[in-house]
Order: sequence, then C-alpha cells, then structure tokens
Amino acid sequence: MMGCAVARSRFSITRLPGFGLIAILTFVMLYLPIVILVAFSFNEGISQSRWEGFSLQWYQAAFNNSQVRDVSLRSLWLAVTAASFATILATLAALGTTRVGRFPGQTMIYALINQPLMVPEIVTGIALLIFVAAIKVQTGYTGMGYLVAAHTAFCIPFAYLPIRARLETLDHALEAAAADLYASPIQAFRYITLPLMVPGILAGFMLGFVISLDTVVITEFVKSAGQDTLPTYMLGQLRRSVTPEMNAIATLFLALSLMIVTAFFFITRTRGR
Amino acid sequence: MRGHGWKWLLCTPALIVLLLAASGPLLIVAVYSFLSPGNMGGVVWDFSLEAWFRVFFRRDIFEPDQVELNTAHLQVFWRSVWLSLQTTFICAFLGFPTAWFIATRPRHTRTVWLFLITIPFWTNLLIRTFAIQEMIRNNGTINAVLLWTGVIDSPIQMMFTEFAVLLGMAYVFLPLMVLPLYAAMEKMDFSLVEAGYDLYASRLNVLWHVILPQVKPGFIAGSILVFIPAIGAYVTPRILGGGRTMMLGNLIALQFGQGRNWPLGAALALLMLVMVVGALIFYLRVVGRNDGVRRG
Repeated sequence: MMGCAVARSRFSITRLPGFGLIAILTFVMLYLPIVILVAFSFNEGISQSRWEGFSLQWYQAAFNNSQVRDVSLRSLWLAVTAASFATILATLAALGTTRVGRFPGQTMIYALINQPLMVPEIVTGIALLIFVAAIKVQTGYTGMGYLVAAHTAFCIPFAYLPIRARLETLDHALEAAAADLYASPIQAFRYITLPLMVPGILAGFMLGFVISLDTVVITEFVKSAGQDTLPTYMLGQLRRSVTPEMNAIATLFLALSLMIVTAFFFITRTRGR
Repeated sequence: MRGHGWKWLLCTPALIVLLLAASGPLLIVAVYSFLSPGNMGGVVWDFSLEAWFRVFFRRDIFEPDQVELNTAHLQVFWRSVWLSLQTTFICAFLGFPTAWFIATRPRHTRTVWLFLITIPFWTNLLIRTFAIQEMIRNNGTINAVLLWTGVIDSPIQMMFTEFAVLLGMAYVFLPLMVLPLYAAMEKMDFSLVEAGYDLYASRLNVLWHVILPQVKPGFIAGSILVFIPAIGAYVTPRILGGGRTMMLGNLIALQFGQGRNWPLGAALALLMLVMVVGALIFYLRVVGRNDGVRRG
C-alpha cells in the first residue's frame, strides 16, 4: 500500500474521470432534501420555503397535539412488542438452521423466513386486509393483535439476518471446550453460546424495531379504526397542505431512527473482534 | 445430532407466525381472485373468472358483448414497468460512481462514507418522500430558488407528474443500488486494473473491459433490489403522483377502497407478484450463468 501511495501522486489507478463529481453530487442530492426538511422545522413562520427566523414553536405544537402523541406512543409500543417477538422467534429459528448442516426442508424454511423480503408490501398488505376482514367477521376481535402479528412476521427476516450472521462466526471449539469441562448442553448454551450471541440478538432487535417503526403500507391496510401509527398518520396528513409541524414530527422521527442506526452500526462493526 | 426434529421444533414458532401473517394470506388472495365482488367490498362466494378478465379487458357499458382491451389498466402496467426501468437506470448511473468513490477511499474514511449511504437506507421511506415533496411543490424549495433568482416567472408544476414519481423513486431506492455495487467493488482485484493500465489501456477501456466485468454481479443485484420495490411502489406514487400517474400498487389499493372490487384487486396483486417473481428468476438465471462461467 505504501508503494501505491507514491505512485498515486503521478497516476492513480483508482481515478475515473467525472466519477468523484457525480459521487459528491449524489451525496449532496441525498442529504439536501433532508437538511432542508429539518431546517424548516425550526422556522418561525408557517412557510416551508421562506426562512423567517428560528423558533421551536412547531415542536411545541407537535408535543401539544394529542393525536400526534397518541399515534407516536402506539408506534413505539407496536415496534417494541413486534421486535421483541420477532427477535425471540428469529433467535430460535437461527439456532435451528445455523451450524447444523443440511437437513430436509431447510430450503423451505429459508424461503418462508425470507418471504416478507421478496413480496411487495402492498401485496402483503391487501392479503392481510382480506385475511383480517374474514377473522373479524368470525370472531369480532378488533384489537391490536392483528397489527402485532403482521409486524412480527414482517420483522422476522430482518431480525434473523444479524443473529444468523453472528452465530455463523461463533467457534464450535468454545462449546466443545465447555463440554470437555463437563458442562451440560444446557449449561454450555446458557454460559457460552447465548452470551456470545448477544450482539447479534441486540442488532436483530434494533433492525426489527426500525423496520416496524417504518412500516406504513402493511399498517395502513391492517389497522382498524383508531389504530393509526405515526407513519399512517403522516401519510394521511401529507395529502393535505401541511405546516412545519409535520417537519418537526419528521425530524424527531429521523433523530430516533438515526440513533438506532448508529448504535446498530457500532454493534455490528465490532462483531469480528 | 441424531434426528432433525429439534431443528424443526426451533423453527416452528417463527414458521407459524410467518404462515399466519405473511405466506398464508397470499393463498387466500389467489382464491379471492376467482370469486365475485360483493356490493360493499368483500366477496360473494361464486366462482368467476370475471376479475382476471377485467385485468386485461373491458366490456362496453351499453353492449356487454362488445369487448375491448382495458387500455386504462394496460397504461398503468406499462407505466409501472417503464418508471421502474428508468428508476433502475438512474440509480445505476448515479450509484456506480458513488460506490466507486466510496470503495476507493482510504480504509478509515471509507466507513464514514459507507455510513452516509446506510443512513438513508434505514430512515423512513415516508419521510424521505416527504422531503422530496417539500423540494418540488409549487411553493417548494426548488421553485422558490428559481423564482428568487429570476430564472422563472411562475412556479413549474412538478408535483403529480411522472417526473415527480421518477425523482422520488430514484431518491428513495438509490442506497439499494450503491450497497451491493460497493460490496462487489470491495472484493475487486485492483491489480487487474493496474495491469490494464500497464498494457496501455485507456481509462474507458479499463472501465469497460476490466472493472465492469468484475462488478457485474453487484450491478445485477443492485438492479434487482431497485427494480422490485419500484414495481411494488405504493407510498411514493401516492404522495408525489396523482390520478394520472397511478402505478400498479395504487391501482391495487384502489380496488380495496373506492373501487370496491376485491377480486379484481386480488388478481392485480397476483399479477404484481408474477412480475416480481419473474424479475427474481431472471436474476437467478443471470447470476447462475455468471457463476458457471467463473467455475468453468
């Protein structure tokens, strides 16, 4: 690499004309709309294109809006519940499918677990709408159970990926050593495998949480009256003319996602160590 | 290690939830597409091929025997495919240089650039679409800047056009192109690039004959990752587009709302699924062929 650095000053093999410019423009284009969205959440006036001074009034408006409070709390509750269920189910499934060699039906299990990733959300959404409508007629139940089940199923593949990735890097020798020291299989799992899996499980939970929080199409079709989540509430509002209050809500939402993604990034990055 | 039962047992809870809340309902969609619509939505349990017929054809209101192609539907299908292809192309055009840029940074700054691509990937699609809406509204940022600088006298109408939908989709799906491209470039053998230059190849020749063949799997993966959600898009065309720029996802949703024709909606949803599976099979074929070449 050192030799390369000297050569690079004269002729860089990694340079392609125009590529740097397009890349920088792409980054600008990716972030400019978000930066503007965030900036106008602090605008004093009602305009979303003319700056009139700094103010936190739109955050205040958002916090005082009882509907926004309700849908936000519902979103968080749903995301924690669905991500928890999905993480437990995905952990079990990962233990059953990773490092165990091939077994009959494995392909089918993979296909089922990954199915929510392949099928467009709108198709899953209307499929669940039909299914839920039929169950509602039969049982009369209209609670949050449908949303929890739909979100859990949708989060399973996302929770499964990091947990499985973590399991695959675990050294069989550690469990063999535990067994050599007369640990029962349960003790070996409890004191060796499980602690080593924790970063993967944590990452899986976070991915599931973010995915559930972001899910809008499935929620839109599954929800009963009065079960709006933050994304479906926003979707409904966006068709009308919106005030910077929506920018404030979006900014808070972004901040939460950003925190989780950052934490996820660091958890998975330290995986190899 | 004797039986396989315990492996299945560990997977069973996840599989039950997936069957109940993801895969199973798809089978019900297939059944519903062969039933008759109820008056207030829902279905009547009478077998009928009418829904599938109406996906492609239309009967004259006054003379039911006169059958013609349902051009309104065909237009929506074509628009969905065409906009998705264009989205894929734009993402490839912008994504390739971006991925190259990231892959050729020094190792410690590379993580930062990669992180900058990952953030939009995990932030809410709805919020990113909202951000685009803010930019292109009649009184949005772009028009405000153009009016202020005197380039235009009256705002340009960008919202509710195909351009808006295309811009929005390219914006939200771009990270899906960059990430697999970057993964392919990271694995690339740069000594081959060097060898190309040593043999007096021009930059264009190296790009075409040395770099592109090596990152082709990433290109194909990225294109599929962009094309599939674009075909299935619902939120972005709903917010940025209008009735005239409807995509397949919106047409499906319409049948379960004002349209009150669940069987037709179910048939259209299956059609979308066929398109997606078709794209996936195409992908597996192409990747399979590439692997064969490398192994052989």
